[in-house]
Amino acid sequence: MKKLLLSIATLVLFACSTSELGDSAIDSEKGISSPEEISELSIYNLPSTWTSQDNDQIVLKELNGKVLVMVMIYTSCKAACPRLVADMRRIKDQIPPELLSDIQMILVSIDPETDTPERLKSFAIENHMNEEPWLFLRGSMESVRDFANVLAVKYKKISPLDFSHSNIISVFNEKGELAHQQEGLGVDNKETIAKIIELATTLQ
Amino acid sequence: MIKCIFRLAIVLLSGLFVQTGYGQSGNAVDIIGGTYIPLYGRDSSQVTVSDFAMDVYPVTHGEFLEFVIKYKKWQRSEVIELFADGNYLLDWKGDTILGDKISENAPVTNISWFSAKEYCSCQGKRLPTIDEWEYVAMASETKLDARQESTFNQYILDWYERPKQKNQEVGSTFKNYWGLYDIHGLVWEWTYDFNSVLISGESRKDVDNDSDLFCGSAAVGASDLMNYAAFMRYAIRGSVKANYAMRNLGFRCVKD
Repeated sequence: MKKLLLSIATLVLFACSTSELGDSAIDSEKGISSPEEISELSIYNLPSTWTSQDNDQIVLKELNGKVLVMVMIYTSCKAACPRLVADMRRIKDQIPPELLSDIQMILVSIDPETDTPERLKSFAIENHMNEEPWLFLRGSMESVRDFANVLAVKYKKISPLDFSHSNIISVFNEKGELAHQQEGLGVDNKETIAKIIELATTLQ
Repeated sequence: MIKCIFRLAIVLLSGLFVQTGYGQSGNAVDIIGGTYIPLYGRDSSQVTVSDFAMDVYPVTHGEFLEFVIKYKKWQRSEVIELFADGNYLLDWKGDTILGDKISENAPVTNISWFSAKEYCSCQGKRLPTIDEWEYVAMASETKLDARQESTFNQYILDWYERPKQKNQEVGSTFKNYWGLYDIHGLVWEWTYDFNSVLISGESRKDVDNDSDLFCGSAAVGASDLMNYAAFMRYAIRGSVKANYAMRNLGFRCVKD
């Protein structure tokens, strides 16, 4: 009987600890967070912890209050990602500098195994993105899958070093709600930029 | 952690001394891994699946009810929209009451990917990958790979044309080579990496046929277009989002 109890205990603890959609942010009954601040559609409901290019631990909710511009990439990618990164840089260059303090430009790796914080750091330096408002995030395999699913980004590992993935740049308002998505490469950034400026202006 | 211990206490106190988890947690069969060519692969490349154990039946309404009673945040009125859309458990009467017409032994549908994943995780299990699911889905009653058999394919396609099979109870279709019921014939099933399907020429505009536009170009393409049934499954996976709760989409869990 004792053994059985132990196995039940293990099972339950295991189930809790492996769950990426844990209880912290979305458990209203415990009052760990204030649900009235976060809407149901906010990405701040995702409780996963991420690591930045500077090895800082970040929970998405810490970005609360800023307009987020996000893209999912991997650093060993030779084809689409450099163009996505270029798109991100073009977007940033067209935002009035005074608004940048309310904006975070985020690149999330879909290849956490290869993209260590060190690697993200050198990628940031190479691409002149090692400063505000740029932020690189590395999660676990599971939190990346969750996050991609929230963004409706599709990706598949097709060889040890390569992924195929959809090319989507997403804009979130200061509450973490999806406000705009731009799909495709080298598309007209006008709408995306207008949306970012509109959202950031309300925060001034 | 405190939460976990709290849960543990509830589990122990609620008298579940002789049962670990829900009804069918022990009801899985071993699948011997193998290598096969799925519908969509890299230039008809082979896929290797490791050994795993799979639930014999899809998860039922009754089992899902136990789950939401235990994990309140997955009840209809509690679940947040990021994780499940407005169709979540649509046919239920209330948070913990099944609808009149629902058999508790029928496969649960109108559940999202997030909720299915959490259900499995809370049992120490996980959702199958597409490669795992398609591997066992090749099997007829007697053969591991029956994809070349016209009767087998016809059976699946006939089902796709028949509405309302989801109201039947689990176990009402055939038992396949592995001992799994209802892989075909009742409901479609969520897979862990359903969002890895990028179909060339699909309507979403970010998916472009030009191979230069993708990292790892030429990643996808139909390697066996004859397999129309599988094509339909991939098309569905390519078009759903993780918070969709669809009428004919259920799930089952696997374990390594």
